[in-house]
Amino acid sequence: MAFSLFIQSLINGLNQGAIYALIALGYTMVYGIIRMINFAHGDFIMVGAYTLFYTVPLMINHGMPAWLAVIFAIIVCVVVGVAVEVIAYRPVRGAGSLSALITALAMSLFLENSAMVLFGPNPKSVTKIFDLGSVEFLGAKLQVKYLLTIGIGLLMMVALTLFVKKTKLGKAMRAVPQDKQAATLMGINVNKIITITFAIGSGLAAVAALMYCSTYPRCTIDMGSMMGIKAFIAAVLGGIGIIPGAMLGGIIVGLVEIFVKVYVSASWYEAITYSLLIIVLLVKPSGILGKNVGEKV
Amino acid sequence: MKMPKEKLISYLINLVGIVVLFLLFVALFQSGVLGSRTNYVKGIFTTACYTIVLVASLNLLVGILGEFSLGHAGFMSVGAYASAIFTNALAGKGLSDLALFVLALIIGGVAAGIAGLLVGIPALRLRGDYLAIVTVAFAEIIRVAFCNFAITGGGRTISGITKLSNFYWCFWVMVICVTIMYMFVRSRFGRTVKAIREDYIAAAASGINVTFYKVLTFTISAFFAGIGGAMYAHYMTAMIPTNFNFNYSAELLTEVIIGGTGSFTGSIIGAAFLSSLPELMRQFSNYRMLAYSIVLVIVMIFRPGGIFGSWEFSLVRVLKKAKNGELFAKKNKGGAENE
Repeated sequence: MAFSLFIQSLINGLNQGAIYALIALGYTMVYGIIRMINFAHGDFIMVGAYTLFYTVPLMINHGMPAWLAVIFAIIVCVVVGVAVEVIAYRPVRGAGSLSALITALAMSLFLENSAMVLFGPNPKSVTKIFDLGSVEFLGAKLQVKYLLTIGIGLLMMVALTLFVKKTKLGKAMRAVPQDKQAATLMGINVNKIITITFAIGSGLAAVAALMYCSTYPRCTIDMGSMMGIKAFIAAVLGGIGIIPGAMLGGIIVGLVEIFVKVYVSASWYEAITYSLLIIVLLVKPSGILGKNVGEKV
Repeated sequence: MKMPKEKLISYLINLVGIVVLFLLFVALFQSGVLGSRTNYVKGIFTTACYTIVLVASLNLLVGILGEFSLGHAGFMSVGAYASAIFTNALAGKGLSDLALFVLALIIGGVAAGIAGLLVGIPALRLRGDYLAIVTVAFAEIIRVAFCNFAITGGGRTISGITKLSNFYWCFWVMVICVTIMYMFVRSRFGRTVKAIREDYIAAAASGINVTFYKVLTFTISAFFAGIGGAMYAHYMTAMIPTNFNFNYSAELLTEVIIGGTGSFTGSIIGAAFLSSLPELMRQFSNYRMLAYSIVLVIVMIFRPGGIFGSWEFSLVRVLKKAKNGELFAKKNKGGAENE
C-alpha cells in the first residue's frame, strides 16, 4: 500500500509538474528575450480555460474529438497575448524594469477583472476532455491522461529547444537579448521577434490550459494568478531564460507540492513551495541550471 | 541636532494647516450637515486614513528606495493580527481606550517591523524582479502560517476585536506617521537611501553601507504597514488571512504608482481617492479594479512617474506665492524637493 501510494504521488506530482512546466516555458521564453516578468502570463491560461469551457461542448456536438478545442484556445490566447504586448508592453519597453513590471501587473488585473465582468464570479466546470481510462501499475491506478500531460510537456520542451537552437528565427530570438542594437544592425526586426515570442508563449499557455482542465475540470477567474506565480517560481528555480530549466523547475515544484501534501501536511504545502523558491534564490539566484553572470559596473 | 529657524517655522505652518483641516472635519461631522449618513462618511474617512498610512509606507520602498514589494499586505497582516491578539488579551483590564489603542498600534508596528527585518535581511540581497517575487513568496508564507496557527483563528475569521479606530484618532495617527516618514526621507538617512536608489554601486563606493540602509528602510516601511494593519484590525473588528492576499498587495502598489512614486502628496491623495472610490460607486464594484488597471496602464505609458511624480505639496510655498501675489500667475512645475 505504502509503495503504491508513493507511485501514485509520483505520477500525480509529475502531472502537476508538467502543467507548471508548460506555463513556466512561456515565462522563460518571454523573460529570456525582454527580461520582464509577464505577470499576465498566468491569466492567459485563464483565458485559454474559459475558451475551452465554451468550445469543448461545441466540438463534441459536432462529433469531433474534444481536445481539438485547444486550437480555438491557442488562437484566442495568441490574439490576447499579442494584443497585450503591442498595446501595453511595447510603449513602456524603454522605460525600465519597474514600469514594465507594473504594466504587466496591470494587464494581469485587467484580464482577471474583464473575465469577472464577462463570465461572472462563479467557477465554471469544463466538460470532460479526455476519456482515456487508467492502467494498473505496481499497485497504483494511473490515469493515461496524466502520462499524456507529461509526454506533451517533454515534447514541447524538446521542440522549443530545437526551435531556438536550430532555426533562423530561434537564432534571432537568442540574438535580441544579447544586444538589441547589434541585432537590429544584423537585419533582425526586434519588435517582430518579441511579438512572435509572445505568440509562442501564449500558445503554450493555451496548451497548459488544456492539460490543466483535463486534470481539474474547473475554471475560475483567479486560477491564473496563483498558478502563474508558482510556474514563475518553477522557471526561476530551473534558471530563468533556460528552456530545459523551466521543465526541470516545473517538475520539481510539482513533485514537492504533491509529496508535501501527501506525506507532510496538506495545509502547509504552499508555504513549503515558496520557501523552496526563497532558498534557491538566496543560494543560487541564477537557478539550478543557470550560469552566474557578473554585473557590469 | 539644532533645527534651522526657517525649517521650524515651516513645520509650525504645516501644523496649523493640519489643525485647520482637522477642525473642518470635526465641524463637518458635528454640525450634522450629513444627517444620518455621518457615521457612514466617517467610516470612509477612517478607511482612507489607514490606507494612506499603508500606501505612504509602501512608497518609502518604491519611491525612495526604488525597490518594490508585492507583499506589503503580508506585513500589514502581521501588524493587524499582533495588535488584535494584544487588545483581545488586555481588553477590560482597566486600560483606557486611548492607551489601549496606542499600545496596540505600537505592538502592531513593532511586530511588523520585526517581520520586515527578518524578511529584509535575506531578501534584500536581491534586486528588482527577483525581490518582487520573493516578497510575494514571503507574504504568501505569512498568509499560510496565519491560516494554520490556532491563535490567529486557524484560517477562520477572527472577530470581536474591540472597535478602537475612530476617525479622530486615526486622523492624528495618520498625520504623525506620514510626518515621521516625511522627516525620514528629508533626513540624512533619506538622502543616503536616495543615493542608493540612484546608483547603488556609486553609493557603496562612497562608503555607504548599502545593505544596512536597505534593510533599515525596509524595516521602517514594514513598521508603518503594521501600524496601518493595526488600525485596519480595530476598525474592521473581524478579519481572515485571505483578506491580505496578493491582490491586496497589488492594489496598494497600484495606489502608490498612480499617486506618484516618491511623492507623499501623491500617496495621500491617491490613497484617499482610490479608497473612497469603491464606496462612491458601489453599484459598479465589478468595474472598479478594471478601471484601476486601465488607469494604471495609461499612467505607465504617459506619466511613468505617476500623476504627481515626485512633486510635494507645500503649504509654505503656497503662502509665499500668495504673499508675492503670484499664486495664480504661473503654475509651479518641478522644483519639487524644496520647501
